[in-house]
Amino acid sequence: MSVELGHFALVLALALALVQSVVPFAGARLGSLSLMRVGEPVAITGFALVAAAFAALTLAYVQSDFSVLNVWENSHSAKPLLFKVTGTWGNHEGSMLLWVLILALFGAMVAAFGRNLPPTLRANVLAVQGLIASAFLLFILLTSNPFIRLQPAPMEGRDLNPILQDVGLAVHPPLLYLGYVGFSISFSFAVAALIDGRVDAAWARWVRPWTLAAWAFLTGGIAMGSYWAYYELGWGGFWFWDPVENASFMPWLSGTALLHSAIVMEKRSALKIWTVLLAILTFSLSLLGTFLVRSGVLTSVHAFASDPTRGVFILAILVFFIGGALALFAIRAAALAPGGLFHPISREGALVLNNLLLTTAAATVLVGTLYPLVIEAFSGDKISVGEPFFNLTFVPLFLPLLVAVPFGPMLAWKRGDLLAAAQRLQIAFVAAVIAGLLAFFMIDREAGFAAVGIALALWLLLGALTDLAMKSGVGKVTPAAAWRRFTGLPMSIFGTFLAHAGLGMTVLGVVCVTALETERILIMEPGQSTDISGYTLRFDGLSPFTGPNYTEDQAAFTIFSGGVVVDEIISSKRLYTARGMPTTEAGIKTMGFSQLYVSIGDEAAGGGLVVRIWWKPLVTLIWLGALVMMAGGTVSLFDRRLRVGAPTRRRPARSGERTA
Amino acid sequence: MTRKRKRLAVIATGMCFLALAAGLTFYALGQRTSYFYMPADLLTQPAAAGERIRLGGLVQEGSVVRGEGTRVLFAVTDGANVINVVYEGILPDLFREEQGIVTEGTLSPDGTLLADTVLAKHDETYMPREMADRLKEEGVWKEE
Repeated sequence: MSVELGHFALVLALALALVQSVVPFAGARLGSLSLMRVGEPVAITGFALVAAAFAALTLAYVQSDFSVLNVWENSHSAKPLLFKVTGTWGNHEGSMLLWVLILALFGAMVAAFGRNLPPTLRANVLAVQGLIASAFLLFILLTSNPFIRLQPAPMEGRDLNPILQDVGLAVHPPLLYLGYVGFSISFSFAVAALIDGRVDAAWARWVRPWTLAAWAFLTGGIAMGSYWAYYELGWGGFWFWDPVENASFMPWLSGTALLHSAIVMEKRSALKIWTVLLAILTFSLSLLGTFLVRSGVLTSVHAFASDPTRGVFILAILVFFIGGALALFAIRAAALAPGGLFHPISREGALVLNNLLLTTAAATVLVGTLYPLVIEAFSGDKISVGEPFFNLTFVPLFLPLLVAVPFGPMLAWKRGDLLAAAQRLQIAFVAAVIAGLLAFFMIDREAGFAAVGIALALWLLLGALTDLAMKSGVGKVTPAAAWRRFTGLPMSIFGTFLAHAGLGMTVLGVVCVTALETERILIMEPGQSTDISGYTLRFDGLSPFTGPNYTEDQAAFTIFSGGVVVDEIISSKRLYTARGMPTTEAGIKTMGFSQLYVSIGDEAAGGGLVVRIWWKPLVTLIWLGALVMMAGGTVSLFDRRLRVGAPTRRRPARSGERTA
Repeated sequence: MTRKRKRLAVIATGMCFLALAAGLTFYALGQRTSYFYMPADLLTQPAAAGERIRLGGLVQEGSVVRGEGTRVLFAVTDGANVINVVYEGILPDLFREEQGIVTEGTLSPDGTLLADTVLAKHDETYMPREMADRLKEEGVWKEE
């Protein structure tokens, strides 16, 4: 019964989304305030309906209602409750429903919190949101309906892909979608501004918090996906330049550019046209990502099923929104008033450089991701573009950006002094160079790479600290006064600090693990020990274990350091009984920021077990850095200027307003 | 600086970056590392010894030899041609005979692939697409 109600709620949500895409827009055209006002209650009700549909599907999963095709295909009654709930979006249909749920959530939030927006802008934003929601609701109902019943109902389900039976599924997709779909708000604002023909600093100030929030979620989502792949796939890689990863990385790159260009627009009213274009491009890349992952064009763990009609449908949505927005941009962009002037050496100039490098880097990732598909379509040749390609293209473009990052916040608006900035950064520079030289002479493997990488990482970290110190006047005023200044700094300064320092942490983690990782592959008998990077690992033996829906052989290891027991590691080979599918559950122990990673293989012919052990120095910094970046975005969100600084907030005209 | 000159400067810088990116892209795509080999390709257009390549195909039935320490020997076939592979490490969970795999490594002078990475299908329905298509063309595809 609840399944039918959910289905019905989804159809109703589509009807409301269509109303939302037409009525407020017509109101804005006709100048009718009452028509424009329709958008808000409709957006909020639409969200409630999609949420009801989502709840109905989740309930079917929790109750293991195998009369629902989608539940039967992707669930099992013996699955732990958490994975029953998360299994709701561990499949194509459910994950699209989550996508639309988050889209509706953002639309409802604009409706609820956008009361101080000019009425036509708000109406147009909600109309564009409604249009996107309509397209995707139609997609779900026509090609990917999760509410289809199965007659007669089977007794047991086919279980969820074991790789997805992990806490990662509870965190990674929702965060990633909050990021992907969050950029739809920037997109809607850009399209609404083009329809209005008016873009100003106030517009940038409204768009910034949404972009910041989406960016912070996307950063977290990508990092969680990377960590999940790292511990789940059992071979310790954290980034594979897989097309599916690139699909999430491209919107991140252009979203980062958008974040920075919106600052220029807000502060200096420059780069207006570019910012609008970036807002469109960022969401277009999110849509492209959805298309690549959901259409079955690519094969990966993310492609749950491939069905050509779905691919064509999403492609149509993609062409409609990207093509439509870019066409509108081409027609209206020239009408937007040009912005302020600035000297090339200035904060604006630095942010332009940031934008140029980020977008070109995103372009190389785009080429690397789409090129094999295009080549295959035209010539039938199969090629695989992997790490070597991105090392040759993306990395050279990203390095100058990393060098430039600490300069940006040091330069003044309009006309900056590069020499003064360089003087302030000299301590950071000297420290980074010394660290780089030390690395060069102490590391044998890939010394050049390690030296450059470690120097850059320190440069970023110390540069961010220097900026914070300079802004609080350290060395110029008394420590007490500097502390007062420090605590009085706007939150956005701390946000910048965290984001740039987080980037440095991630770079440091990537470089250290790439250059300094050690690996041992060997056959171990119970009782046998092996040394790795100052630790000794003793294999204690194999023992069988039965989980709720799997059986496994657990290998226990004891870690010694200097003859003293430090900890133990359990690594196992698991067999999920419902699908008869084996997985490797790596054993991981975190020591400070580094990790010991143990994966076990088959039993060797002469007895003993094949064991692969990695020492991964500072590896956790990769993801901690991303979390710090995410924190930076969040802290910036709480900046007073963004929170209360809604620029043209009009006093409510209603006389009955209470002032309590 | 006038508006026009400023715009020109920004566009010129942008073009420089684009040109740089395009140059790097063409250079990188020209490297043979991007290519994906099947056993037949290696015989018709041999890769140089020491060059890093990706090889795809089916694990030949009866070719897997384990137990030589942590080394595993097996052969990758496309139905007609065979390339021997030596791999050091833990094979993926779904590595089986007559199963599609992709392996990466360098060629030794005698034509054996010294592999450091072996990827098998992630689950029952996963098979690298470029491989599935090639196998269908060669007529050795087996529907499961």
